[in-house]
Amino acid sequence: MLYAILCYHDEDFVGSWSKEQDAAVMKKLAAVQEKLAREGRLGPVARLLPTTAATTLRKENPPLVLDGPYAETKEQLLGFYLIDCKNLDEALDVAKDLGAANPGGAYEIRPVGTFVPGGAVK
Amino acid sequence: MSETDAAWIDAALTSARPQAVGALLRYFRDLDTAEEAFQNASLRALKSWPQNGPPREPAAWLIMVGRNAAIDEVRRSRKQQPLPEDDQAISDLGDAEEQIAERLDGSHYRDDILRLMFICCHPDLPPTQQIALALRIVSGLSVKQIARAFLVSEAAMEQRITRAKARVADANVPFETPGAVERSERLAAVAAMIYLIFNEGYSASGDTADIRKPLSEEAIRLARLLLRLFPSEPEIMGLTALLLLQHARADARFDAQGALILLEDQDRMLWNQKLIVEGLALIDKAMRHRRSGPYQIQAAVAALHSRAPRPEDTDWQQIDLLYGALELMQPSPVVTLNRAVAVSKVKGAQAALDMIEPLAPKLANYFHFFGVRGAFLMQLGRNDEARVAFDRAIALANTSAEAAHIRMHLDRLMRDSKPPGKTAGN
Repeated sequence: MLYAILCYHDEDFVGSWSKEQDAAVMKKLAAVQEKLAREGRLGPVARLLPTTAATTLRKENPPLVLDGPYAETKEQLLGFYLIDCKNLDEALDVAKDLGAANPGGAYEIRPVGTFVPGGAVK
Repeated sequence: MSETDAAWIDAALTSARPQAVGALLRYFRDLDTAEEAFQNASLRALKSWPQNGPPREPAAWLIMVGRNAAIDEVRRSRKQQPLPEDDQAISDLGDAEEQIAERLDGSHYRDDILRLMFICCHPDLPPTQQIALALRIVSGLSVKQIARAFLVSEAAMEQRITRAKARVADANVPFETPGAVERSERLAAVAAMIYLIFNEGYSASGDTADIRKPLSEEAIRLARLLLRLFPSEPEIMGLTALLLLQHARADARFDAQGALILLEDQDRMLWNQKLIVEGLALIDKAMRHRRSGPYQIQAAVAALHSRAPRPEDTDWQQIDLLYGALELMQPSPVVTLNRAVAVSKVKGAQAALDMIEPLAPKLANYFHFFGVRGAFLMQLGRNDEARVAFDRAIALANTSAEAAHIRMHLDRLMRDSKPPGKTAGN
């Protein structure tokens, strides 16, 4: 069975880490990831860029583009995609296509900072 | 207290600071009292958090405790009886903290932070004082840290900050919730101040770049904070993008000897892709608003450089157009000078030279004018005139790195002109 682990934390707080603190945390996490990778259990890992770089697309007709991260609490996170795009407009086009196929709810579009493709998961 | 605790508390205090000091300032309407209250609360946090565990809302905790401590202080200084319930404030904090936390979720607190930042941008304060004050009050850097970044003595910096504070205290910044017009005026002033902080770090020369780099990083942190408070302001997106895209090149800007490396000669592999991706995402977001502004245009120029895998891939035509738009919005000889560099790539050095000649009286004491002019003349093979311009640039250089960079051009001219009959230029 595949499990997704979604990471939540206070962005102001993480943003106040010194470069050394940040690197130390990443190093500790990498150690955990390495073990999983050796066992062939690690899928892709992504560290997202700050929510200030986020855009939200409400899947309405016509779709509504909003600045900032997804802020509602009455809807729940149900899945995610990783798509290679030239720029934000291209990412929004993909999101609009997906939204047309499955209206209702919203997509939050966030650039990825660090990406580890991960080993093959059986 | 373990090392992890100390580092954790330090980061928590830094991140809660603008919000907590901003709220305390609204409450006490006096900068010194607000700062002292925060200081007191921080000291109590160092004692209480390792024992009782960290609060769910550090900012709310600090506001609550800071406010109580300051009120006690005021009562005590009025020579009233010492208050018996001195520590009660901490013991039944739970409910009150939650109430404050709830209020912090509202839009209320963004005006607190904006006001705190805005106070540092008083127009009577010279830029260096604005920056020093902001770093002390908003960022919470110690006087020692700020002095180090500015390469001045601690005593001199202490004096600079004290003087700035005195001036701000007389300024009577209003504490009512600002109206829309006032809010956007404050936002513009604060954006300019953040850009000043960034430039203070960015304009460092090679030998001091490492000491001053934290200033650029702090400016980025403040810009992100401002953008989180005002997520739909395209100019704040533009400002943040501009800082990120410029800072992404930090590691490529100086050689081992500390001399400046021009954009087209930089090793692009050293550019920080993570910062570039974030900057590009922000400028893309900003452009969608179709409400252009100077920061967005400058960020768009930086984005075009970032998007070019090699210098020859740079879209100079687009950069020329962007600077043209900036000239209309913010006419300034410095902008025209920047535009001329793009023009030299698109239409050649002669067209660029013609464009900057009229700027000479206005930029008679501007280092970059003579550096750029010398480079155009050199490209046209007018080496004697180029040498005169470069000599003038060296005399006007602000940093040793700038002077060293021009000297490199001069050396090349010398080399090229030595073999008889050979002309410079390629």
